[in-house]
Amino acid sequence: MIRVQQEDFDPAAEVERLVAGNRAIGGIVTFLGLVRDLAEGQGIHAMTLEHYPGMTEKMLAEIEAEANRRWPLAASLIVHRYGRLALGDRIVLVAVGSAHRQAAFEACAFLVDWLKTRAPFWKLEETEAGAQWVAARTSDDEAAGRWTAAGAKAAE
Amino acid sequence: MAPMRILYFAWLKTKAGIAAEDVTPPETVTDVASLIAWLKTRSAGHAAALADLSVVRVAVNQEFARPGDPVRPGDEIALFPPMTGG
Repeated sequence: MIRVQQEDFDPAAEVERLVAGNRAIGGIVTFLGLVRDLAEGQGIHAMTLEHYPGMTEKMLAEIEAEANRRWPLAASLIVHRYGRLALGDRIVLVAVGSAHRQAAFEACAFLVDWLKTRAPFWKLEETEAGAQWVAARTSDDEAAGRWTAAGAKAAE
Repeated sequence: MAPMRILYFAWLKTKAGIAAEDVTPPETVTDVASLIAWLKTRSAGHAAALADLSVVRVAVNQEFARPGDPVRPGDEIALFPPMTGG
């Protein structure tokens, strides 16, 4: 399941809903992304996450489907916010349930790595020096690249 | 013929000075590369936005595309920098 929304979400409630009635899940791995003060010492006040409505949902659904092809998952969820977010706000939740932990850990890491480089979101940070678009990190490409295999068309 | 819908995101939108436009390029524009070359000629802002193609990603009808991929009338073509979500 994927969701793209402006409003905040409750991670515990999301996980509870995902698990409800699903007896195939032996474990859940979650990733919760937050707005941090990362602008290399310039001090962020807030950020605005822009996205490409339509393609965002499509890419997240494709990424989720790919994770389900690669690992035996009993449940998966991606919730990603857009719009203006303050320091400490939740940005993204990825939750993956599987019978065994290994698949859940790996699939969760895969989903986060891939959505960072494939889902059309862009961060505009408001810093003391003014607003600036965040540059993509080479380390994100490398993290996503370690999962690249069979048939995946790279986002180049 | 149906025009092409061009979308700009993040700093490409700022530099081009426009978020979306409908264009009807000449018939010589058949793929992503020739479309970008033609868009560059539309204004100084377009030229600035598309000056360094190593930091420009392209989607045709919401699928990632490469320079040689075809573009046709009626297509939705998005131009944006590498993604920074998550």
